[in-house]
Amino acid sequence: MKCQHCDKQAVFHITELEAGAVRELHLCEDHARSYLNQSEGAGESAAEDEAEGKPAGGALAGPLGVGQTADELALLDQRACSMCGITFFEFRNQGRLGCPHDYVQFEKELEPLIANIHGATEHTGRRPSRETEGLPEGTEELTAVIGLRSQMKESIGCEDYEKAKEQRDAIRAIEERWLGPGNASKGNA
Amino acid sequence: MKLEALTQSIGEWLRGTGPESDIVMSSRVRLARNVAHYPFVSRASEQDRADVERFLRERIAGSPVGQELEYIDVGRLEEIDRQFLVERQLISREHAEAQGARGVAIDRMEQVSLMINEEDHLRIQCMHSGLDLKGVWDQIRAVDSQIEKVVPYAFHPRFGYLTACPTNVGTGIRVSVMLHLPALVITRQIDKVFRSLHKISLAVRGLYGEGSQAMGDFYQISNQTTLGRTEEELVEQVGDVVPVLIDYERRAREFLVRETQQNVHDQVSRAYGILRTAQTISAEETMQLLSRVRMGVLLGLIGDVKIADINSLLVRTQPAHLQKLRGVELDTNDRNIERARYLRQHFEGGEGSRTSVN
Repeated sequence: MKCQHCDKQAVFHITELEAGAVRELHLCEDHARSYLNQSEGAGESAAEDEAEGKPAGGALAGPLGVGQTADELALLDQRACSMCGITFFEFRNQGRLGCPHDYVQFEKELEPLIANIHGATEHTGRRPSRETEGLPEGTEELTAVIGLRSQMKESIGCEDYEKAKEQRDAIRAIEERWLGPGNASKGNA
Repeated sequence: MKLEALTQSIGEWLRGTGPESDIVMSSRVRLARNVAHYPFVSRASEQDRADVERFLRERIAGSPVGQELEYIDVGRLEEIDRQFLVERQLISREHAEAQGARGVAIDRMEQVSLMINEEDHLRIQCMHSGLDLKGVWDQIRAVDSQIEKVVPYAFHPRFGYLTACPTNVGTGIRVSVMLHLPALVITRQIDKVFRSLHKISLAVRGLYGEGSQAMGDFYQISNQTTLGRTEEELVEQVGDVVPVLIDYERRAREFLVRETQQNVHDQVSRAYGILRTAQTISAEETMQLLSRVRMGVLLGLIGDVKIADINSLLVRTQPAHLQKLRGVELDTNDRNIERARYLRQHFEGGEGSRTSVN
C-alpha cells in the first residue's frame, strides 16, 4: 500500500476516532512523523494512559522510554504487526503480545525490554529438534499462516476468489509441511 | 474423571509426604508454550481459540502423554466447579475467569495439569508433595518432550520459546515451592527474608498464586527470570535457596519452643480449640488457625492430628470445596456455619470418624 500523500510505501496505519467517526490514514515514515507531530492528540493520549498506570503496560512501558523521544515513541506505537495486526501501542497498554511474529516485527523495540526483565537476550535452554523432519527450529514459516489467513479473508471480502484460492493453497502447503499431511487445521477455508 | 470423584480424594501435593514436608508443602514447575500458527490467546478470535483448543486437545490425546490424562472442558463448567479446580491448584484463577474455548487435562494423581488457552495456548504444570524439584523437573520435561513431538511450539532461535508476555519468554519456566513459615512470621523475620529473596530476583507470593495475599503463613517462592539461563539452572536457583529458608524456619521454631514455649503452646491450643468448637468461621480464619495447629503438631505440642489431615482441610474448607462436599450452593454466612460444622465433625471423634466424614 502506498502512502496517501506520496509514492512511498505506507508503513504506518493510523485509525483516528473523531467525534464518533473513524478515519483511516496510511502514511510513509516521513509523512507519519509530520502528521503525528502536528496532531498533539496521539501523543497526549499515550501519555495519559501511562500516567493512569495501566497495570502491565505501565510496568513494561518504563524501559522503552530510555533514549527515545516522545515523537519516536508515538511513531513506534503506531507500527502494526504484519501477521496479527497488533500495534506496539496496544502491546504497551495490555502487556501482552499478539502473536509469535511480534518478536520478529518488534525485535529492536523488544530487545531492551527483554534485557531489562531478564538481564539477558539469548535463550540458552532447551531447543526443539526437527532435523529429522527437515524443518528449522525457528517457527517463523509456520507463523506466516496467521497473516495469510487474514489476507485470504480480505480477498474473499473483495470477492477476489482467485487470490483467495492461492492464499488457501499457500496455507495448506505450509501446514502440511509442519503439521503432517491431512492434519492441517480445519475451519479456516 | 468427574469432579465429584475429585472431592472424595486429595491431590498428591497435599499428602504431606516427601523430603522436608514439615516446611515444604509442595514443589511445582510450569512451562508456558504456544502453537506457532495462531495468534496468542489475548489476540485470538473466538474461532481461533476454538481451533487452538481442538488442535491441542486432539494432538495431546493422540500422544502417549494423553493416555494418562482426563480432559475437562473448563469453558462449559459452572462457576463453582471452575473455582473448585482453582482451589485444587489444577487451573489458575485467570484460567477460571477467562472467556471462550478452554480446558484442562489432569492425571489421576493430580500431579500433571495441562491448561489450554490460559494466558498462553498451553501451560504445562507438574506438582509433587514436599521438596522434590528434581523429580518434578524430570517429569515435566518428559511430558513437554512428548507433546513437542506432535505440536510445533512457537520458537525463535535467539529468544527461545515465545510467550504472550515477554516476562516468560525463553524457557517459559516457572519453578516454585510452597513453604509453611509460621515461626518466621511469629518472630517477625519474614519481611527480612523476603527482602533478601527479592535481591536475588526470586518472587514471593501467597498460597493461591499471583496477586493473592499470603494466607495462613503459606508462601510460594519462584524464579522471576526465564531467559539467559537453562531450565536446570533456574530449577537450581530456586532449589538452592530452599534449604536456607528451611534452616531459618527450623531455627525460629526452636527459638519459639525454647524461649516462649508456654506462649506458643497457648496459641496453638487456642487455635485448635476454636477449630473444634466454633459455630461459624471464615475461610481466612480457618487457614490462619490450621496453620498454627500444623505448627503445633510439628512441634509436638498437639498429639492426635496428622499433617496430611491438616493439609487436606486447608483445601476442603475453601468455599467451592465446602459446597461440593455438601452438595449444595451456600452464601457466605451459610458457608461459615457449614465450615465450622465440617471442622467440628472432623476433629470430634479422633481417628475413627476422620475417615468417615464426608
